[in-house]
Amino acid sequence: MDDLDRRIINNLQGGFPLEDRPFRVAAARLDISEERLIERVRAMLADGRLSRFGPLYNVEMMGGSFSLCAMRVPVERFEEVAEQVNSLPQVAHNYERDHPFNMWFVLATESMDGIAEVVAELERSTELPVYEFPKLDEYYVGLRFNV
Amino acid sequence: MNGLTELDRRIVLATQGGLPLTARPFDILAEQLDVDADLIRQRMQRMLDRGAIRRIGVVPNHYKLGFRANGMSVWDVDDEKIAHLGERIGGLDFVSHAYHRPRRLPEWPYNLFAMVHGKSRDEVARKVKLIAGILGDAQRQHEVLFSTRVLKKTGLRLLEQTVMTARKSEVA
Repeated sequence: MDDLDRRIINNLQGGFPLEDRPFRVAAARLDISEERLIERVRAMLADGRLSRFGPLYNVEMMGGSFSLCAMRVPVERFEEVAEQVNSLPQVAHNYERDHPFNMWFVLATESMDGIAEVVAELERSTELPVYEFPKLDEYYVGLRFNV
Repeated sequence: MNGLTELDRRIVLATQGGLPLTARPFDILAEQLDVDADLIRQRMQRMLDRGAIRRIGVVPNHYKLGFRANGMSVWDVDDEKIAHLGERIGGLDFVSHAYHRPRRLPEWPYNLFAMVHGKSRDEVARKVKLIAGILGDAQRQHEVLFSTRVLKKTGLRLLEQTVMTARKSEVA
């Protein structure tokens, strides 16, 4: 990780220009050549320091509904319930967390009704309450992650 | 559907995995989609303006960059002050997401969720203290939930699903 990689990560998390030769414009801002920028981005994608390069879409504007949900799963049932939750295709992420609310997952469905159906189905199959934490507001100022 | 045209949807499908790493990436897309590169740039600009595209650029992988600890900090914040304070917390560079979510009383008193990234749990704890300082008296109690295991992780590529379903059943 040299200084140039760091500058690319810190300065190119947004604002990639919608132009004919966008890398040339972005590279000029970093005072490097177009080829150099493309090569560095490619290398950081290849070794995983970048997970992606391109537009970051707001999935909620693409249609569909999302909700964060949590459960308090008794320790002795944790693996069994994790399997039940993970088996649903509507479950996008699922994390174990160090807390009485120990299972946190995101549901993604095509409609709000879809979320309610999945929650009801899970409560039935696990016989545990599922707590829904839908987003009321988002404080997003455009992530500038500095390395 | 949300003001996205059929062309917009095709652009999303072609670019959600990333842009071509070549001097003229929009020419490659133009060829793939069989439309003019200028039109693609116009549609992408419109999606940017409307917030359907949040930003265009590099997406760093926190974990690979050494930010291995992530804590979901949760806060019980005055309802009247949460909008203003939430914006400030969301603007911190070590917070990747900040949301206002409902409380679930009595078990869950927290209404502000802020994901904090750091190189260690100690670093996350120090950053959580900074948040506590910003929230001041508007905050009654808080906790930090560290993830101990990823149980499932699949990408949120919903549009693909939506488009495919739409093609099958013509619902969208």
